[in-house]
Order: sequence, then structure tokens, then C-alpha cells
Amino acid sequence: MLKTKFTKLVSIMVSGLMLAGLVAGCGGSGGQQADVIKLGANLEMTGNNATFGQSATNGAKLAIKQINAKGGVLGKQLTLVVADNKSEAAEAANAMQKLVTQDKVVAVIAPIASSSVIAAAQVNADNKVLAISPTASNPKVTVDPNTGKVRDFNFRAAFIDPFQGSVMATFAQKSLKAKTAALYIDNTSDYAKGLGQFFKETFEKNGGTIVANEAYLAKDTDFKATLTKIKSQNPDVVFVPGYYQEVGMIIKQARELGLTVPFLGGDGWDSAKLPEIGSATALNNTFFSNHYSPDDNSAAVKDFVEAYKQEYNQTPDAFAALSYDATMMVIDAMKRANSADPVKIKDELAKTKEYQAVSGLISFNASHDPVKSAVIIEMKDGKQTFKEKVNP
Amino acid sequence: MDSSSLIVQFGQQLINGISLGSIYALIALGYTMIYGIIRLINFAHGDIYMVGAYAGFFATTMFKFSFIPALIFSMAAAGVIGMVIERVAYRPLRNAPKIAILITAIGVSLFLEYGGMLLVSPQPRTFPVLFESEVYNIGGMVINSQQVVILVVSLLLMVILTYVVNKTKMGKAMRAVSFDTEAAQLMGIDVDKVISFTFGIGSALAAAAGVLVGIYYNSIDPLMGIMPGLKAFVAAVLGGIGSLPGAMLGGTILGIIEALVSGFWSSTFRDAVAFAILIIILLWKPAGLLGKNIREKV
Repeated sequence: MLKTKFTKLVSIMVSGLMLAGLVAGCGGSGGQQADVIKLGANLEMTGNNATFGQSATNGAKLAIKQINAKGGVLGKQLTLVVADNKSEAAEAANAMQKLVTQDKVVAVIAPIASSSVIAAAQVNADNKVLAISPTASNPKVTVDPNTGKVRDFNFRAAFIDPFQGSVMATFAQKSLKAKTAALYIDNTSDYAKGLGQFFKETFEKNGGTIVANEAYLAKDTDFKATLTKIKSQNPDVVFVPGYYQEVGMIIKQARELGLTVPFLGGDGWDSAKLPEIGSATALNNTFFSNHYSPDDNSAAVKDFVEAYKQEYNQTPDAFAALSYDATMMVIDAMKRANSADPVKIKDELAKTKEYQAVSGLISFNASHDPVKSAVIIEMKDGKQTFKEKVNP
Repeated sequence: MDSSSLIVQFGQQLINGISLGSIYALIALGYTMIYGIIRLINFAHGDIYMVGAYAGFFATTMFKFSFIPALIFSMAAAGVIGMVIERVAYRPLRNAPKIAILITAIGVSLFLEYGGMLLVSPQPRTFPVLFESEVYNIGGMVINSQQVVILVVSLLLMVILTYVVNKTKMGKAMRAVSFDTEAAQLMGIDVDKVISFTFGIGSALAAAAGVLVGIYYNSIDPLMGIMPGLKAFVAAVLGGIGSLPGAMLGGTILGIIEALVSGFWSSTFRDAVAFAILIIILLWKPAGLLGKNIREKV
């Protein structure tokens, strides 16, 4: 009795699923209209890195709006399909799957976080659609660590961790005269671990000593125990290459414990939330490396900042700038390829040479990493100020 | 490192551990009370703590409440929500198998987390500064006024709770229901009312912890309750689930152990050690440090 009922139920469910598949299939093919070209955005709209993803979406939207206003590409208008990856690696793979199989986008602006790009890389490679991450800076994003080969369909608009990590190590030693440093790293993030590793290598190569190597987990809230331990080692600087939410709390708690030395970090600090969480006074005497500064005087930066302010009524952060650059480079590649075929766009994008982007002149090297300059930002009373520019 | 600086560092870690531990203890009290009354591990308890933090956040930002009124408002709001959850989700299942009500609790937990995301947006919020934190330096050890406030408020609430449970009529009824629900009912105790009251108090304590954490760490988000909820569960089991002094002891011990592990061993092992304690306690002393080993009635 039970068995037959069960079989019936299963068969109904299976046929239901098949029907749903059929309908979805129709929707998919019908959705790719002839007069628009779809670009995808697989970004952190919610979750821990939400402010990053939202800035990046704004940047991409601005790029598309500007191109559409000039008549679009190949005689067609562009649209942006946004999929939320909730700041989680597993969700990033799902969002990528949705974008390439259901929405049939021709290229994807990929996640902000390195871990999420890496988790989704297999999906877009299997479907032969390129993914360009605005900011993912871990080397593994474009080079598969298992095979040592370049990931054919992955690009990035940001410089890579070795560069950011060594820039900060050099800055600590040359400008801050640091001899000892402590590392405090987000252990759940490939990005933070990458920066930490290259900071350590450069710092030690130039005669410095790493006196403490500590770790925390994303979503932790209490850092005092570890900070007490770091304080007892008396480092000249502390390098915290994490993301703004934890970094804000770490610096606040460190200052409360009387740890007054400079704190250094990477572009994960770049958020208006950082001084809110960490408090403006605690953040004095902290520095981080970034891709661009809105205070930069070059023409490309000025034009972009003006257009962005007009559109969103706020100053663009680096995430907006890099996502704008990434979108523009994909569109540029599409123009040069004279086709909206995903593979042809990918081939042209790889050939990009000295493209004048907001974040500097960009050329891709053989491993799909851009070669360009970095800026160092100092926090002063809760405001980001331009400190110096470092060339590769 | 010489021995005097080692002592200072140890003292500092104790301070860090106790302020963290008193938060765990406040949440663990709710776990333990609810378990004591209806033998339910209320997995939604950590999320009530989140609701309390948000209630405190809105009280201070929208209604401009100061610290004490915001704390009371948040405790009252969470208390009511706790009672509503009990009425809607748990009471209809009072006589259902234990596993059904446990799964419902997980459902309520997810509902609060993701419903919260929908309602207040998933972005972390910055908790307003309700009082300036002053830093006191005692022989190299640093303690700030927020840590003192956390400790004082927690202790005060625990004292009030102990008084309510041991000295009032309602407390007597709670103990009676916990001891034997059916017998209590036969003696004329309104069991539904007692259970509802227990959920109210437990939730109010979690909300107090939420507000204190909001002030202390400055940042709240809809998923903030998951980890502290689990840790408080460990604390409750460690102290002996169902025992009020056990929850306080368990919370404090867990906080101190976490601080010492991060401070003298490695920060990466902290959570592993916390959950290893849960396993060890369950294996060796399932009733917990202060729990009574009561044989199941047949």
C-alpha cells in the first residue's frame, strides 16, 4: 500500500520537475533577445561584504549607462543582470551557475572576494564565459594552484596580493621605520592569507622580524585576548589585511588595550563603515594600500568621480572604480572583437594593452593580472587621505 | 618574557575572559531555564539575543533612549517576542514527540535570522555610543568602563533572577513545573502561564546580553546570534543544563578558557577548544559541573 502510494508520489514529482525544466528551458532561450547584450554581475549584495558589492554594482551600472547613452555596442544596448552571492563562496558558485546557464550572459563581473571567485571559477570555465573580478587579489584567482596553469576564463582588474603585501611591508620599513611587525590574519579568507604571506616574505627579506603571527575568523567579535598577546610582543606595526567589519572592531579594541602602534592593511579596509565601527580617533595612525584615491588629480579619475557623484550623490570608493574599469574593459574587448561571442570577448580581453582606466594604465600580463600602480591611504579623523603612490 | 609581565598578561586575559564570559552566562541562563521547564533546547535563543540587540538599537537611534531605558525597552520587547514564539510555535506541540519541537526550534531560529535580514537588511549596523568608555589602568592591566558595566549589569540580572526563582510565588511555580509538570497542574498551577513567563524572562535576559554586546563591540547584524548561541549552549551544558548557577559558572569558565587559549596558545584553536569541551563534558559528566544526575522516570 504504502509503497504504491510512494511510487505514485515520486512519479508525480518527477514529471512535475520535468515540466518545470521544459518551461524554464523555453524561458531561457526566449530571454536572449536579439537587441540587447546581457552582462552578468555576481556580486556581494548582502552579507559581510555588502558595501563592497553595492559599490561595485554602482560602478558597473554607471559604465553600462554611459555606453548605452553613446549608442551601445555593436548596435545593441547593454543590460546588467545582477545575482547576489551573499558574500559566501558556495553561493557565488550558485549565482554564477544561474547567470551563465539561465540568463545566458556573455561575460560576468565576478565576485569581490578571492575565495568566492575561486569557488565559482569552475562553473564559468565549464560554460566558456569569462569572469573578471574587480578586486580579487589572491594569485589563485587567475592561476590554478593544482595545475599551475592560467585559468583561461578568469581575469581581474586589481593588482595581486604579492604586490599589495610587499608594498605595505616596504612602506612599514621605509616610511614608518618599523623593525618588528605582528600579523593578525582572517583565517577564513584566501585574500587575507595571501597578503599576510607576501608581507611576511618582503618584511623578512629586508631585515625585519615578524614577532607574532595570529589569526581570527570572520564574524568574530572579541579580539582582546589575542590583542593582549600581540601587545606583549611589542611590535612596531601590526598588519591586519582583513575586511572592514572585523578590522574596525580589532582596531577599536586594540586602542582600548593601549596598543597604540600603527595598524596597516589592504584594500579590504576601504569602506565608509570602517570609521563608524572602529571610531575615528582609534583609526588615527592607520594606513592601507588601495587601487585609487578620489583625491588623485589625473583626468581619468576626475571625470569618473564627477560622473559617479552626479549619478549616486556620493564619492566612489575603489570598488566602484575597479568595477567600472572591469566593465569598461569587457566592453572595449567586445568592440575590438566586433562580436558578442563569449570566447571571442575573452580572447580580446587577454590582449588588452595600456588601456587608460580610472585606476591607471592597465595591461594584462600572461597570467591575466593587470600591471599598474598602487596608492597608500592614511586614515585621519575618520577620513581617507592620500599618502603616497607606489609603482610596480 | 619575565614573570611579572606574564602575571600582568594573565590578569589581562582573565579580565577579557570574564567580560566575554558574562555575556555567555546571560544567554546560557535562558537556555537552561527553558530546558529546565519543558526539556527543550531552544535553538532560537541565540536569535532572540539578536532581536534584543536590534530592539536596543532602534530604541537608541529612533526614540533616542539612553542606556537604562533602552535596556529595559529591549528586554521587554524580546520578552514579548519570546512569549509569542512559545505561544505560536511551541505550545501546539507540547504533547508531540520531543524531536518535533526541537526541529521547530531550528525552524524558528532560521525564521528569525532570515526574517530579520528581510526586515532590517543584512548589512551590519553600527551601534550608537551610549556612554563614553573610560579606560582604567591597574598595574599594567587595562579595564574599560564598558567591561565594568557588562559585568555589573550581568551580575545584577543574575541576582534578580535567582531571587525571582527562589523567593517568589511564580518562582515556586516554575520550580514545581520543572520538577513534575503533571503534578503541578493537579495542584492548580497554570502550567501554560508558567511556561510563558519562563520564555519571557529567558528572552529578556538574552536581549540584555544583546544590548550589552551591541554597546561593547559596536556592531550588530542579523546573523550575530548564531555563534554566541552555540557557545552559550556549550556553557549551559558545561555548567549542567537546567541549573541556574551552573549556567553562570559555565559561561564564565568558557569565556576565560577562550581568552586563555587565544592568549597563551593559539587564536585558531579557540573555537575548537570550546566545542571539544562540549564533547568531553557529554562523555564524562553528561549532567555538567553543577547538574543533578536524575534518572529518567519510567
